[in-house]
Amino acid sequence: MVERQRRRSFTLKGLALAAGCLALTASTSFAQDGLETFEIGLSTDTISISSDFTGARLVVFGALDNADAKLLRQQRYDIVVVLVGPRSPAVVREKERTFGLWINRGSETFDAVPGSYALAATRPLADVARQELRQRLSLGIADLRLDGNAIAGAFGKPAPETPEEAMGQVNVSLAERRAKAAEDIGGKSAGRPAVTVDDYAEALKRIRQAKGLYNQSVGAVQFVSPTLFRADLHLPADLPTGTHMARAYLFRSGVFIRESSEPLYVRKSGFESYIDDMATRHGVLYGIAAVLLAIFTGWFGRLVFKRD
Amino acid sequence: MNLYLPIAEISLNVFVLVGMGAAVGFISGLFGVGGGFLITPLLIFYNIPPAVAVATGANQVIAASFSGALAHYRRGTVDLRLGTVLLIGGLFGSLAGVLLFTMLRRLGQLDLVVSLLYVVFLGGIGGLMLVESVQSILRSRSQGTGEIRRPGQHSWVHGLPLKMRFHRSKLYVSIIPVLLLGFVIGLLAGIMGVGGGFIAVPAMIYLLRVPTSVVIGTSLFQIIFTAAATTILQAATNRTVDVVLAFLLMLGGVIGAQFGTQAGRRLRGDQLRALLAILVLAVGLRLGYELVVTPVERFTITLPTGEIG
Repeated sequence: MVERQRRRSFTLKGLALAAGCLALTASTSFAQDGLETFEIGLSTDTISISSDFTGARLVVFGALDNADAKLLRQQRYDIVVVLVGPRSPAVVREKERTFGLWINRGSETFDAVPGSYALAATRPLADVARQELRQRLSLGIADLRLDGNAIAGAFGKPAPETPEEAMGQVNVSLAERRAKAAEDIGGKSAGRPAVTVDDYAEALKRIRQAKGLYNQSVGAVQFVSPTLFRADLHLPADLPTGTHMARAYLFRSGVFIRESSEPLYVRKSGFESYIDDMATRHGVLYGIAAVLLAIFTGWFGRLVFKRD
Repeated sequence: MNLYLPIAEISLNVFVLVGMGAAVGFISGLFGVGGGFLITPLLIFYNIPPAVAVATGANQVIAASFSGALAHYRRGTVDLRLGTVLLIGGLFGSLAGVLLFTMLRRLGQLDLVVSLLYVVFLGGIGGLMLVESVQSILRSRSQGTGEIRRPGQHSWVHGLPLKMRFHRSKLYVSIIPVLLLGFVIGLLAGIMGVGGGFIAVPAMIYLLRVPTSVVIGTSLFQIIFTAAATTILQAATNRTVDVVLAFLLMLGGVIGAQFGTQAGRRLRGDQLRALLAILVLAVGLRLGYELVVTPVERFTITLPTGEIG
């Protein structure tokens, strides 16, 4: 698959060279229309986690209509598909050696951290869009937003990735966000050495990536036909339950054009869901039942293994 | 064979879990400790979230303790009266301990405090017990039962008021130190998520001078209730008790406990104490080592309440 992808990009370069100035002159007229329609569908809208769940693959199908045939042949269209898990607050702490012991010292709270994040793209993200744009769209693990500045309330609300709100963020530069973050840190633990917020955010992403909760793969979006594409997303065994949001982004020559999204529900099924439900709704009863089960098991074991 | 655990939200091998339960159950039956101080670190080491490990460990400890206590009760080596007084102190201690637990977790310092408590208590108790029991073994090589009780010898504990007679333990002692001991056990149980047997056993032996044989049964009796209280409290407040995980551990635990109780009968009091001391010291050293050694990952992610997210 990687091999094929590489060959594609070579032909792309060749075509691009051959097309030369033609593409340059043409690009002005394309920028205005944006007639392309773009829709996605999921292979399933619900994932059930049962006792033998060891991760899953989610196939996202999509249709790209009214695309410019010439640009399509030149492979100037790029598609990025992501599945963002339910967002929740998280605290990242950093250990430091103090009197010979490793103790939690610095900490940073992030308002809305996705529980999982899977991404598939036609090409490396750096080739799909500029970093500024990726930051605005919160696209890719490196540029994934963890704070909820743009998120209004509701659990699982996928607000920050929507283009409208992303547009609203254009003027907030990375430098400004860093400065603000440094202020926050300073207020929390004054006089501490220069640990910027990015160290904590990077640590969080590093840990989640190591666990497989955050993953991204280039080349996992493929055109099945000129108008039909499919994306394979890898979901880990400890996929968080809740409402996930599958979202596809369409880029034309590095310009963001459209996005389309579909929700994905992840829930426990069968016996597991029954136990989880009991534990959530009737905590005390569940606890008492657990104690009785333990006493019964102990007594029964004694009965079976009577050895005096 | 892997099984998805509904509360721990992770898929793990069934046989490893049952084996873990059996190993801890054996030790539990042998020494009369609930095994909480072993099962909780073991579960965390096997990737189970610490909050779930603590609560589920407490649940599994009930089964092993009940099984062991039943065996001791049949043999007449449980002092119900002493156990009940300990328990009254223990309930107040548990309450204070759970409050402290919640506070420390929010501050992000729970792991540190728990580790330090383990290191200090396990190291101190283990060291003292080891020295004493080795001396006792050397002294009574040729004769004696291996008990530390010597007639006519009294400590300051025996001078306190509010005395009560404990027939089974052949004791006539003030209930103040017993209640206090119960409180401390409960407090530590609440913070560390253990039954407290590894503190109760040496304290009863060395402070109250209860015969070793009675200590184990009484400690198990007391642990049943402490662990039950912890389980219900954790289930009601944190929803961290995983019944499926607990049941797998119990299955192994009850089997292991039977063999442990049997093995314990063949050993003398001082030998039993020396072995327990070595075990306690080993766990303490292991935890202390983790505090000092440079961690692979200096950062950790938790929920704002301090739970591992």
